[in-house]
Amino acid sequence: MSAAKIGSISKSFLEHIFIYILAFITIAPFIWMFLTSVKDMADIYVYPPQWLPSVFHFDNYIKVFEAAPFARYYMNSFFVAAVVTLGQLITCSLAAYAFARLNFKGRNTLFLLFLGTMMIPYNVTMIPSFMVLYWLGWVDTYQALIVPGLASAFGTFLLRQFFITIPKELEEAAYLDGASKFTVLKKIIIPLSKPALATLAIFTFMGVFNDFIWALIVLNSEDLRTVQLGLAIFRDRYLTQWDLLMAGSVTAVMPILLVFFFAQKYFIKGITLSGLKD
Amino acid sequence: MISTSPEVQEEKLILASSIKGGKNKLHGKEKKGDLLPALLFLSPTLIIFTTFILFPVFFSFYLSFHEWNMFSGETTFIGIDNYVRMFNNEEFWEVFKNTAIYTFGTIPLNMCFSLLVAYILHKKIMGKKLLRTAFFAPVVISPVAAAVIWRWMYDPNFGLINYSIGIFGIDPINWLNDPVAAMAALIIMGVWKTFGINMVLFSAGLQAIPEHYYEAAQIDGANQWTKFWNITVPLLAPTTFFIMVMSIISSFQVFDIVYVLTSGGPLGATKVLVFYVYEHAFKFFNMGYASAAGYVLFAILFAITLLQVKYMKNKVYTFG
Repeated sequence: MSAAKIGSISKSFLEHIFIYILAFITIAPFIWMFLTSVKDMADIYVYPPQWLPSVFHFDNYIKVFEAAPFARYYMNSFFVAAVVTLGQLITCSLAAYAFARLNFKGRNTLFLLFLGTMMIPYNVTMIPSFMVLYWLGWVDTYQALIVPGLASAFGTFLLRQFFITIPKELEEAAYLDGASKFTVLKKIIIPLSKPALATLAIFTFMGVFNDFIWALIVLNSEDLRTVQLGLAIFRDRYLTQWDLLMAGSVTAVMPILLVFFFAQKYFIKGITLSGLKD
Repeated sequence: MISTSPEVQEEKLILASSIKGGKNKLHGKEKKGDLLPALLFLSPTLIIFTTFILFPVFFSFYLSFHEWNMFSGETTFIGIDNYVRMFNNEEFWEVFKNTAIYTFGTIPLNMCFSLLVAYILHKKIMGKKLLRTAFFAPVVISPVAAAVIWRWMYDPNFGLINYSIGIFGIDPINWLNDPVAAMAALIIMGVWKTFGINMVLFSAGLQAIPEHYYEAAQIDGANQWTKFWNITVPLLAPTTFFIMVMSIISSFQVFDIVYVLTSGGPLGATKVLVFYVYEHAFKFFNMGYASAAGYVLFAILFAITLLQVKYMKNKVYTFG
């Protein structure tokens, strides 16, 4: 074996070590969270820190659900995220179809205007949006969490870009059979657009499930709290109860982490397409 | 088309994702007068957008010239007083400085780190998929939970961070109770939470560089380092610029992790612009003043966006 070849093998070996160390550092907070969530306080307050608990306390999770109504928070988060996701799939499909296939005056201008709204920072719209909800008497209701999210420029854009790649011949046959535009959308376009719809659904669900600031602004009652808001308030109350706080954090990240493991590419597509949105 | 795999369809989606990408003139018979169905299809979206984006943008602007405690119902026109007060307010400049420190502290670290990871992952590495999952995982989890985890990591006595730096002989740091350390803590966590996004964008940029450039350089006897500086870096410039602008825009709007990790403290050392807007609007109910602060942030971000549009027009096609 030549020296150059040995050199390149050892270089590649070093690269492997380096990247795996970086990866470990990146996921160390996750491991630390999971392991702390099953420790008792005696195992937590030791120095130097121990990775593994001496006894696994899975009952921490029961304690968390007793200390705060996390089950209720969960239900709220899932309900809101599911309704917003479903709603966006419908409104975005309809709007995207109009932009992709219908001919009307000012279509391109309107579409550009749509895209332009993506550049408006959240904190400019949040104050008047809150006031609209206040005037409607919707502050501290499910509607306040749901209704403002029922449309999306990003979602419309994503689906529109997909719809225009679908060959028109498929629709023309249906039109000849006398199908309406709505039927064509429902029976032809939608079934062909599953990957795009999945990207939008997963991305929206993640955004709503992880949302914090909007829930913080519009909610007061404990009954309506989402998981994220509940966890933030829980943090204020149990400042250094790391066993419970970590069990609560695991609770708050698990659903999204699980979906992420099984549908990773949809997350990555969504993030790439949206540019960078938190 | 129907039989193509989801992957192929999605690639098409990516390829098509420029505004002008689609030629959607109806071929054959040109249909006129789709206005009514179009309105019907667009109406749910238009109603929501008008109520929660269009109206707020204008109303926020209007409010920024008024004094209004939303519960009193009285709005008083005060001209540019809110803006004058803000620019004379020491706290505003503190907050502005904090936001700038966070932004320009996060971005260089974030970009170097994400480019490094993307560059290594672009080579022949075993377990690429697993590694990418690991690097991207922080992006998808909730900022609230992430900040709770990092509060524990930053614990001065029993935290993992102080223990780890102790191995290298560094004294324990009181991360969240010292003004300078708290900002550093926020920056480190911010990099961890978001570099996965930039890694993905850099990976896409790297894949777009034709392989034969590297092959030609190889023949000329270039080493890794020369190739990186003379091929990768210049050809990646448009991607890098895009990432930088987008990172500035999103860093300027950081809120969730600040709220949970430091609550803006200690002594306001990590209070950022959105936090300031939130506080004035929903704690003090100075809706007019808060709207003015929101508009200042909007103006900054808008200027950065314009800069990007201008640069993209001039520079994108000068390479490659």
